[in-house]
Amino acid sequence: MPASASDPYDLAVIGAGSAGLAGAVTAAELGLSVALLDGSPQHGGQFYRHPAPSMGAARPEALHHDWAAFAELRRRLERSDVSHLSGHHVWTVTKEDHGPWAVHAVTGVDGTAERSVRVRARTVLLATGAYERQLPFPGWTLPGVVGAGGAQAMLKSGLVLPGKRVVVAGSGPLLLAVATSLAAAGAQVPAVIEASGYLGYARHPRALAANPHKLVEAAVHGAALLRHRVRLRTRSAVTEVHGTDRVEAVTVTRLDRDWRPVRGASRQIECDALAVGHGLAPQIELATALGCATRPVADGTSALALDGLQETSVRGLWAAGETGGIGGAQLARSEGELAGLAAAGRLYGHPVREERVRALQRRRDRMRAFADAMAISHAPAAGWTGWLTGDTEVCRCEEVTARSIREAVTDFGARDARTVKLLTRAGMGWCQGRMCGAAVACLAAREGAVEPPAERRPFAVPVPLSALASLDEPTGIRPDAAPGVDD
Amino acid sequence: MARTPAELVGANPGPSFEITMDGRPVTALPGQSVAAALWSAGILAWRTTRHTDRPRGAFCGIGQCYDCLATINGEPNRRACLVPARPGDVIITQEGHGHARLSV
Repeated sequence: MPASASDPYDLAVIGAGSAGLAGAVTAAELGLSVALLDGSPQHGGQFYRHPAPSMGAARPEALHHDWAAFAELRRRLERSDVSHLSGHHVWTVTKEDHGPWAVHAVTGVDGTAERSVRVRARTVLLATGAYERQLPFPGWTLPGVVGAGGAQAMLKSGLVLPGKRVVVAGSGPLLLAVATSLAAAGAQVPAVIEASGYLGYARHPRALAANPHKLVEAAVHGAALLRHRVRLRTRSAVTEVHGTDRVEAVTVTRLDRDWRPVRGASRQIECDALAVGHGLAPQIELATALGCATRPVADGTSALALDGLQETSVRGLWAAGETGGIGGAQLARSEGELAGLAAAGRLYGHPVREERVRALQRRRDRMRAFADAMAISHAPAAGWTGWLTGDTEVCRCEEVTARSIREAVTDFGARDARTVKLLTRAGMGWCQGRMCGAAVACLAAREGAVEPPAERRPFAVPVPLSALASLDEPTGIRPDAAPGVDD
Repeated sequence: MARTPAELVGANPGPSFEITMDGRPVTALPGQSVAAALWSAGILAWRTTRHTDRPRGAFCGIGQCYDCLATINGEPNRRACLVPARPGDVIITQEGHGHARLSV
């Protein structure tokens, strides 16, 4: 906590997952005053999402890998004087000339508590993680079709399953983890449907050899799938969902190398739920709104461009974990620690243990190399649009069909996702294109080069007008404000 | 081998309580979100879309997709996957944008 309530914190960390926790405790242990903001009531982020204490889970680690690493971060957090501001949904970050950063948040479980909070800090670490990338297919809006990560999130925190017999489909290594968790928790998982294959990894022998723990992880998942009699079907996709009010079955079709459905190579699988996802997309809107540079990732997403010490192109703003490219919890921890060390070095000229920095950088680079191989191996190929019908809804919020989007492209000359949005409202609804952005960008590019969707969203979460109206109010301690937080 | 998620993690939750979904009683556990309580009762949809009146429920599970919007205790557009269930909560299927009574 800062010496005086009106002083800014040394560091504001946004996101209490692996990267944010590591960054916050590292900085606090070096003497920095740290505010840790997170929307969720509990820390851990999506990876270490776990049931509320009132669920009395004796073995929360049963649904996790590497729970010990989280337990250690939690111990360090408890021993530190980090101000943990849970239930704080950050909607924007601003900076005045030569002044501190201002992190603006709305409070409450879903950001509707009608209280706005402004946390001032001399430096900021962005650790907002990622959300799932989705590609549409006929029937994907039917109840019972849920995100693969969504199914796992609901399982980890709510101890619930979307159905008894759950097909897992899409692309990326997360599918194996999801299938393993669902099966361990009692669901029947008839199949995991992966649009790519796993042979792609073989083209990156060095990345594999340098990350033996990833091979061990894959072997653990593989063994679990065998034990639960889960079939892994590669080079295939769910191309249709059957049912009227909820999922009754799915059609699985073989794909060619370009992810184009192979005619006549389809079969149905009965199930009452489908957990689907096509990898993860970095959640970077707070940074892009500040003008931070991004880099294209081989899987078609955009991540923040970072320097060797995790700093973005905007001085004083660091980023760690999935915001810099999807790479998993271990990589996130290393990056968070690096960023914490770097912020301490910047603020107090700490002779930041050079050896520790170099070791972390080596570990980060090694894991990033694996992440890059993973991104290439599971990147959606352009042929996926071949499984859409005209009636397939692409934008779930605004109910915009593939036909409307194609018309915008062919009849009205749209060439990018933004123009398609203006003509059709795709991406203009509640989620602001988080669910459909990738798909709309592909369709706008006319099945040519996949252009990453523009990640610029002026507000990272919905903001009540009252919060905007109160921005002009003079800064001062409000009676209902959390300790150490102004406005 | 565990047969339920609760068995898998050795859960020993506090006493369960009742909420209602469109008047139907649903049992919830303390700490479960509204969406989780509804899933555990086998209910997967609690919203209808604005244009085609199609059913929707939780999709992303982490507050990003807004597909799980519900009217909770009279307040529309709450994200059911984020809102913890409380005893006596009244959940109503949200029709369209949730503000039909305002005729907008």
